[in-house]
Amino acid sequence: MLVNQIAVFLENRSGRICEFAKVLKDANINIQTMNIADTAEYGILRAITSDNQKAIQVLKENGFNTAASDLIGFKVADKPGEMYKVLRMFEDENINISYLYSYAEIGSKQACILLKVDCPETAIKLLTKNNVEGI
Amino acid sequence: MIYDVKYETMSRADMQKLQLARFQKIVNYAYNNIAFYKNKYDAAGFKPEDLNTLDDIRRIPFVTKKDLRDNYPYGLLAVPKESLLRIHASSGTSGKPTVVCYTKNDMEVWTECCARICAAAGITAKDTVQISFGYGLFTGALGMHQGLERVGAAVIPASSGNTERQVILLKDLAATGLVATPSYALYIAEMLEKLGYDIKDFNLKWGLFGSEASTQEMHNELRKRLNIETTDNYGLSEIIGPGVSGECLMHVGMHINEDHFYPEVLDSVTFEPVEESTPGELVLTTLTKDGMPMIRYMTKDITSLDYSPCSCGRTTVRMQRVTGRTDDMLIIRGVNVFPSQVESVLLAMPEIGGQYEMIVTRENYLDKLEIRVEVLDGNLLTDYANLLKLRDKVKQRIKVVLQIDADIKLVEPLTLKRFEGKSKRVTDLRNLK
Repeated sequence: MLVNQIAVFLENRSGRICEFAKVLKDANINIQTMNIADTAEYGILRAITSDNQKAIQVLKENGFNTAASDLIGFKVADKPGEMYKVLRMFEDENINISYLYSYAEIGSKQACILLKVDCPETAIKLLTKNNVEGI
Repeated sequence: MIYDVKYETMSRADMQKLQLARFQKIVNYAYNNIAFYKNKYDAAGFKPEDLNTLDDIRRIPFVTKKDLRDNYPYGLLAVPKESLLRIHASSGTSGKPTVVCYTKNDMEVWTECCARICAAAGITAKDTVQISFGYGLFTGALGMHQGLERVGAAVIPASSGNTERQVILLKDLAATGLVATPSYALYIAEMLEKLGYDIKDFNLKWGLFGSEASTQEMHNELRKRLNIETTDNYGLSEIIGPGVSGECLMHVGMHINEDHFYPEVLDSVTFEPVEESTPGELVLTTLTKDGMPMIRYMTKDITSLDYSPCSCGRTTVRMQRVTGRTDDMLIIRGVNVFPSQVESVLLAMPEIGGQYEMIVTRENYLDKLEIRVEVLDGNLLTDYANLLKLRDKVKQRIKVVLQIDADIKLVEPLTLKRFEGKSKRVTDLRNLK
């Protein structure tokens, strides 16, 4: 249920995300998910790649400040109310979500949710107990 | 009005005689009462009795700000701590301030000198003057406060900040004078207009500006916006604070109270005196201070001297507005800032790199300092909030050392300029020259 991702510190200036993608392309690393929020001066880009360890190495070589961290990943049915069900569980157990992103392949009946919480063990137990399928 | 006719209009010959006598006295006094001076002079082979003419001053070793720091806090005192009446301080490197101490006699000299500056700037007993300098360890506010009271003016100790209230006080109390940094005075002027007031409804006549470098353009702007007569004055806490020199209404330079502060202007490379009216580094000696005498203190300020008598009647030497520094010290919102202070804060934080950039700008007539630092620690990237915490931590530590707020900007590793030789950390966009 733990999914490894990389986080990259990015200044909000033109060309930086493109530069990030180029470094991974040159190392022949595939980007599977990628997420960045709009912030004023700088932000954190988060991604899951085909080889996070190698990605971190090449990004560091190219001057990026980057680190790996673990997320909780699970699948829910791709239909109304499913996200609510999980979030309700977290809310009832007072588990705080720092950030979350999700993806669903077109045509697939399932959506993948990735999130960061302040107490991962409790969250994993909760999800397992409620038969939520991990990634 | 000339506050002290005897000393301010003395003939050059009499002044030099007085200066030599006082110089000999203070050198002997410092040598016999402060180990620092004795050691320094012994090491340099200088004996107090070698001082027979004003030309002999050249043989006396200099004192620098570093000496004050090295002898923090009381190492340069000539008197027991018990006989002090006041202690001030300015910001210093590594969080340690530069401490300056005043005896009863020093307070008297200080007050007298500030009174002369106020009188030269047009202030009389009839005036009501608002002081919009920050009160506290900073010498500016209290020094001018004492001088204004000495000439009999009523003082409004408004301190700095809360600009809207500054405007209201100026208007409602019918203040006739304003003491501030020129940049803050301009901000007050702007606030006054923004609040919908008309300067015609104010009684302001005099603006006494100091504690930061200013230009003629700045003064012209202040005269127009606040409908006042403006003057500049100069001082530094190591010497006494405000009261070293001040402009009269002829606007031909700042009259130095040279019976108390002996000025030299030296070539910043050879340390030999430059010709009259030629710019160089100002070196000052306190001729009458007995708490913490400063003999040949290198101010690092660049100015020039003019000994010709002034049409105001004063004969005291005049120094031109300070046009720059011989070191990298910045004055931001009236506060002395050294890049090395910023560096010491940043280097103590492993989350960020040792490279940094300081950018000083002026917005709304107020100085702004931005500091750019590189984020190195990958562990911070788990949460965006960590970055905000880091930013606040840097900001807070900088504030402790510099006593001013800085905007902290986090940038990516290896994006700040690297220097092979002497690094250029500071970009000053204020256009003061």
